[in-house]
Amino acid sequence: MILHRRRLLTATAGFAGASLLGGCDRFAGTETGRRTLSIGEDANLYVQRLLMTGMTTAREFPESMISPWFKPNGSIDPPDTAYKALAAKNFSDFKLKVDGLVDTPLSLSLADLRALPSRTQITRHDCVEGWSCIGKWSGVPLSEVLKRAGLKPQARYAVLHCADTLEYASADGAWMQPSHPNTVREAHAAYVQLAAADDWGGSPTGAASDGEKDPDATDGRRPIRYYESIDLFDAFNPQTILAYDLNGKALPVSNGAPLRLRVERQLGYKNAKYVMRVEMVSSLAGFGDGKGGYWEDRGYEWYAGI
Amino acid sequence: MDASPALNAPDKAAPERVGPNGRRLIYRHPLVIRLTHWINAAVLLVLLMSGLQIFNAHPALYWGAVSTFDTPALAITSEESGGANRGVVYLGDRKFDTTGVLGLSKDAGVETERAFPSWITLPANQDLATGRRWHFLFAWFLVINGALYLLYGLFSGQLRRRLIPEGDQIRDFGGSVKEHLLLKFPEGEEAKRYNVIQKLTYLGVVLVLLPAMVLAGLAMSPGVDAAWPWLTELFGGRQSARSVHFIAAGLLVLFVVVHIVLVLVSGVVNNLRGMITGWFSIGRVHPAGEDAR
Repeated sequence: MILHRRRLLTATAGFAGASLLGGCDRFAGTETGRRTLSIGEDANLYVQRLLMTGMTTAREFPESMISPWFKPNGSIDPPDTAYKALAAKNFSDFKLKVDGLVDTPLSLSLADLRALPSRTQITRHDCVEGWSCIGKWSGVPLSEVLKRAGLKPQARYAVLHCADTLEYASADGAWMQPSHPNTVREAHAAYVQLAAADDWGGSPTGAASDGEKDPDATDGRRPIRYYESIDLFDAFNPQTILAYDLNGKALPVSNGAPLRLRVERQLGYKNAKYVMRVEMVSSLAGFGDGKGGYWEDRGYEWYAGI
Repeated sequence: MDASPALNAPDKAAPERVGPNGRRLIYRHPLVIRLTHWINAAVLLVLLMSGLQIFNAHPALYWGAVSTFDTPALAITSEESGGANRGVVYLGDRKFDTTGVLGLSKDAGVETERAFPSWITLPANQDLATGRRWHFLFAWFLVINGALYLLYGLFSGQLRRRLIPEGDQIRDFGGSVKEHLLLKFPEGEEAKRYNVIQKLTYLGVVLVLLPAMVLAGLAMSPGVDAAWPWLTELFGGRQSARSVHFIAAGLLVLFVVVHIVLVLVSGVVNNLRGMITGWFSIGRVHPAGEDAR
């Protein structure tokens, strides 16, 4: 009886072991697999939100701990025509659009934004890849901007639309990267390589198009630009700012000029650079693949608190 | 619960019976311990492989709050040397050639620049997003399974009875060292309890190493750091926590390797039967010559 049970159990364990190693990748590639693996994210969001309030802030550091070099990542020089035109004039023509489910849509220049109440914070930026840098950010709290626009009751998320194209999409499903000078291109390729999780989506239909013909479309390929989203819990946190200064100087292009989001309780990819527009929405379904961000559409967690 | 004896017999005497061939069998591992042991083994394997996938996204370690990119404590990379690409590991200033395994290895026959080779990462290809999904889901399994084990161990008295060394064992620590060196382990009454090195190792893994692993993992989370800044500080900063997490993983691998070797050399069938059915042989009833387990 013991022998019989032992054999049964050994066989079960052996089978489990073999399928664990051989079948994991196949499992992760199925819809059920993706949904199962995402349970961890749901649990993390739920538990972490229990541990903090909307007002809980990330740690702030002394000036002496500021990193001598704040590593730029992702896009570091957007190839987009509209962005290049803005950058050429030192962003004097830049206007941040605030619209969607708001009472008063806004259009704010950098001078307008600098005239609003500001916040300066020295915080640690944690990249999903594993590294960290400390930087001093100054900017306008997103809550100050949203208060002036006034939220409609249905508003649940802020979607950050960004200027930088990360890749091009077309109906035939082929992807293409924007043309960059060689060195930038290499860094860029390495970054986009992290998106190898094709299984998770990132379909060539890509981010939502404005319907208008995009000046950066090449060979009929529509540019897919960076975007991100946060919910109101994070949008109204005092440390959630639209930053225009890094370490006391105007934000450099490589770090997201003229404006980037700081959402300090989450990983780097939530901290969208080159923010052009804040759109208040009730659902993330209409953007990209509906997962709430460029990297989210490629398998990364929408809740990046871990 | 089948024919298993009462799970929390009030004192140290484990249930005992005589099996086929006159073997003395003791009921060594209760069901909860057996289940949590095997679940833990599978979960740790997934966590190790997905953890190495995550590490590969930035294969360098630092000490302190932030990354000092020019002076990593450890870095696994590849570089050109004499016209050929080599995999290298930097440990501080020292450099080791690890071509074929670390830094540069074959992935489906193609030479690939990656810190840990594809056969040991989950997923096999470079895919940080999916690696993170595996890691964070199975981290929950580790914590839940570990909590079950600890609660059961505490309330059943198993932890105290089985893992705390007894006075005579501590006094004869040297004897246990000799046993291990000669790979000759006791039988009969003495085989009813773990030896002192075994007890201390299990205690270290269960009460120190695994909890440190979980806490160092949590200390890396920007959300947890916001809620519990003291935890990240406890490890000396986020990058230190990441290094501790990596070192603890290495120690766990070391433990598992030694554990498996000792399982193999101290009677693999008997050990496996013990951890699968609960019943473990401590020798024959009437030792006749050589004792065969």
